[in-house]
Amino acid sequence: MTTIKFTFNGKAIELTTDPSRRFLDVLRNDLRHTGPKEGCGEGECGACAVLINGHIVNSCILPLANVHQQEVMTIEAFSKTKRYAIIEEAFIHEGSVQCGICIPGMIIATESLLNKNPDPTESEIRIGLSGNLCRCTGYNMIVKAVQRAKERGRGLW
Amino acid sequence: MVEHVIPKNLEEALKYLNAKPYKVIAGGTDLMVQHRAWSALSPNFKTPLLFCFNLNALKYIKVQNDEIAIGSMTDLETLLDHPLTPEILRKVISVMASPAIRKVSTLSGNIINASPAADSLLALYALDAKVVCRSLHTEREVLVSEMVLGPRKTQLKAHEIITEIRIPKTSFTHTTFVKVGGRLADAISKVAFVGCAQIVNNQVKDLRIVLNAVSATLIRQKAIESQWLNKAPNVLQSQMDTILEAYEAYIQPIDDQRSNKYYRKQTALNLIKQFINTL
Repeated sequence: MTTIKFTFNGKAIELTTDPSRRFLDVLRNDLRHTGPKEGCGEGECGACAVLINGHIVNSCILPLANVHQQEVMTIEAFSKTKRYAIIEEAFIHEGSVQCGICIPGMIIATESLLNKNPDPTESEIRIGLSGNLCRCTGYNMIVKAVQRAKERGRGLW
Repeated sequence: MVEHVIPKNLEEALKYLNAKPYKVIAGGTDLMVQHRAWSALSPNFKTPLLFCFNLNALKYIKVQNDEIAIGSMTDLETLLDHPLTPEILRKVISVMASPAIRKVSTLSGNIINASPAADSLLALYALDAKVVCRSLHTEREVLVSEMVLGPRKTQLKAHEIITEIRIPKTSFTHTTFVKVGGRLADAISKVAFVGCAQIVNNQVKDLRIVLNAVSATLIRQKAIESQWLNKAPNVLQSQMDTILEAYEAYIQPIDDQRSNKYYRKQTALNLIKQFINTL
């Protein structure tokens, strides 16, 4: 057992547990934040994505130890921001959401991309979302939503 | 549960390693998958773990004695964006995994994972990159191509940690990277190729060819490369069969879920041919 300290959705927290556990399990089972989903469980689908220091990371292959002293934000806290409101409107407007299980990850990927590059080209958007799978295969609508979000959210990123 | 340590600094990490053969874990993107258990259960690691990814002293990219020195915990996404990253290494990293994985994966992890299909090793072999292995009392420098002994096998000793990757500064007139995979992102190579050359006054002054996923370790044959130096590119092109025959002896791929022997061998030879024809 080791005590891991980190900033979780804006609050400093401490957890004493096995630090090799998958961060996804800690989020869902200990912290009861079920926005991040388990899809593939091996880093390929992005459904479990969270922001660590503002950058997308897959929580299903992230040992808890590696978030020690880092800043973590999940979709739950991100959904209360102005940036989220812009992304949400764009996803709804473009009809990007079908079954919905990939969407928390897609939104985290969008935020991470726009945070790094507020004016991405279509090709850069596709690279930014390349680690997120949508099995309803609505990729074009999701890409369009990111384009809409970057236009309507100018100045926010 | 196995023993775990999150060292505060490199000195502490070296002391722990000196006392016990901890497994050093960086971003964990390979190890967490290899030791995956059922959902909600701890991964099934059997050896004590030393979590080193957040050792900030090992996160840097700098110029040092005509070499580019990269701290071993520097993530690939940072390397992708850094102006000092050699062009061919940047090309390779740009199609490795995905942004989320690149943010927590490292060159040192890719080296120690020692996969025959490791993509970053293509560039590291081509650039004659070296790793610095440190223990509490020793420090040694080893070529990446000598570090890797076989699939999942390296010559890193139990009490050592890789602290730095050193890449000699080199300039090329031609650099090519081709990855053949099932899709653009998150794909493990069926076969991948790096070619680098320096052509001066219509003479090949430097030639480096590296292939992955077609033998137990990556293929770079300096003896073949040196035979074709100080010749005009069209001499190499006219002797293509001789060059390909020389490489064919080393190309010994396997059948697996990603591809088959025949496809891998033919594609590898085609990639060498295509590169030489562009010189």
